[in-house]
Amino acid sequence: MNFLFDKDTWQEIYSSIRKNKMRTGITIIGVMWGIFLLVVLLGAAKGVENNFNKLFGNFATNSVFVWAQQTSKPFKGFQEGKSLTLKVSDLESIKSEIKGLEFVVPRHQTQAMAINDFKSGTFGIFGDYPELDKVQKKDMVYGRFINDNDINQKKKVCVIEEEIYKQLFDKDVYPIGAYIKINDINYKVVGMYKEGQIGSGGPQGNIHIPFTTFQQVYNRGDSVGWMMITGKMEYDISQIEADVKLLLRNLHKVHPNDERAFGSFNLGERIAQVTGFLTGMQFLTWFVGIATLIAGVFAIGNILLITVKERTKEIGIRRALGAKPWEIKRQIILESVFLTSIAGALGIIFGGLVLMLIDATIGSGPDAALTNPTVDIPVVIIAAVTLVVLGTLIGLIPAHTAVSIRPIEALREE
Amino acid sequence: MIKIEKLHKSYPIGKDSLHVLKGLDLHIKEGEFVSIMGSSGSGKSTLLNIVGLLDGHDEGNYYLNGQKIENLDEKKAAILRNKFLGFVFQSFNLITYKTAVENIALPLYYQGMGRKERQKIAMQYLDKVGLKDRANHLPSELSGGEKQRVAVARALATKPKVILADEPTGALDSKTSHAVMELLKEINREGMTVFVITHEEDIAEQTDRIVRLKDGVIISDEKVNKSVNV
Repeated sequence: MNFLFDKDTWQEIYSSIRKNKMRTGITIIGVMWGIFLLVVLLGAAKGVENNFNKLFGNFATNSVFVWAQQTSKPFKGFQEGKSLTLKVSDLESIKSEIKGLEFVVPRHQTQAMAINDFKSGTFGIFGDYPELDKVQKKDMVYGRFINDNDINQKKKVCVIEEEIYKQLFDKDVYPIGAYIKINDINYKVVGMYKEGQIGSGGPQGNIHIPFTTFQQVYNRGDSVGWMMITGKMEYDISQIEADVKLLLRNLHKVHPNDERAFGSFNLGERIAQVTGFLTGMQFLTWFVGIATLIAGVFAIGNILLITVKERTKEIGIRRALGAKPWEIKRQIILESVFLTSIAGALGIIFGGLVLMLIDATIGSGPDAALTNPTVDIPVVIIAAVTLVVLGTLIGLIPAHTAVSIRPIEALREE
Repeated sequence: MIKIEKLHKSYPIGKDSLHVLKGLDLHIKEGEFVSIMGSSGSGKSTLLNIVGLLDGHDEGNYYLNGQKIENLDEKKAAILRNKFLGFVFQSFNLITYKTAVENIALPLYYQGMGRKERQKIAMQYLDKVGLKDRANHLPSELSGGEKQRVAVARALATKPKVILADEPTGALDSKTSHAVMELLKEINREGMTVFVITHEEDIAEQTDRIVRLKDGVIISDEKVNKSVNV
């Protein structure tokens, strides 16, 4: 392996590469394109995955939302179309009857205008329990979420989303302790959190007030708007969903088969679908990536084959001058390894630059299409090394062709 | 130096085979200046290829520098070519992207010689053929005669035992032909065995011995009367 460190070997390769610019250029572009595509594809796929993670990341994955609708079947003397309302007492029944529950969180929801000095906006107003923070993690920027004390004393406090802060407060004003007015009642701001992606009730952001305060202010008695139910990890959320709805139909004297009386949204199922989609997309990315790499490898082989054809005479001369077959092979292979390595490195660099560009333009903010598109360095290096190794193996074919032509035939070629 | 006994060679052409060399006997001693004459198809190029170890023979014996040549693989052939033989071709066969001095240094590279030494020797031979000022020119920047002189210098660089020249003046006009022949004569006077293949009578007459080939057999082998040249 001494020749690898021999200056002359590289001098030969350098001069052969430098003096055949066209050939060198085409080879480099071919390989670079393959690696470039792989890097960008993997990065983009990662970006989409990150995006989904951001969307669902702050929700407990095995959650189901349940709300009351209207009956669709007559039952026990009631006509169909009876309006139903969830009651606080339903929660207790659910908690005691259904197995495998983690949390059952009742919520109320409405829309109202909130005012701070001369600024105002219409937002979603939620009546919440402290447990919400466990089901749907709030990333607090300032202050705290609603606590038990707020619930017990029906305090006039609120927790706002960052978006609302931007609309109602001047820049650089510390919002905690300030008062905002909702339906002519002043609420003290006790916390602010970074906006989540789904579960937004209002058009412009969410304001959370204690559940008990909401009940009193909006005169909701013992009713519950809707509830979020979280199952323990080892329990099937779809089964919990079905059980809860059956129990509710029973409690509210609804026909046991009336599927439309209570609505629900199974987040666990949705997430499973998205995860399946992501897995499919990753598979596709790898498939396309590997296919591109193989195409790249064949491109190298092809170019080398043309190269050898083009250099038949030169190879013949070299052999007449005493080059051993292995020396010819070695040079062709080293040339290909050298070119593919350079091209691979360039492909990685350009791919990285494009990902940085994507990140800088559409990669941030709430509407980002791709979040933080990245590729793992080991993955890229393995891909590049694979390309070089396969390129070399393919390069063996033309190298073999080169030395199998008898020098005399090579020299005759004009 | 070169001893050939009952050499046969045929090439397959489709299902038939073409019998090119039909039992040649030839003995060339060290220091001789020999030309092989013959029209195209006489087998002279085939003979040169076999002598130059660029091709194998079918039957008969071939001794190069006392060593019997048989069952050569490409690697051994390459080593022998590099050690004993220097080639000069009709179409020069310089590597187009290498300068004159780099072309001359190439066989030395395959001998495993260091770069500086290679460069030094290459310059010496370039000087010998009178082209020192053209050292860094590419073949495309040289005239035909200059290219052939570079090729001769390249053939000499490894200090071979035999120079094999295949129609060395075939692509040159009479004036540069003369210069190249003078160069070959000078090399021969220094003791080198020179083996020229040509179909031109006046080129052959400048050598010491003319071997005439026709249809794969030697029809005459005669010494040129030295007094004519002197």
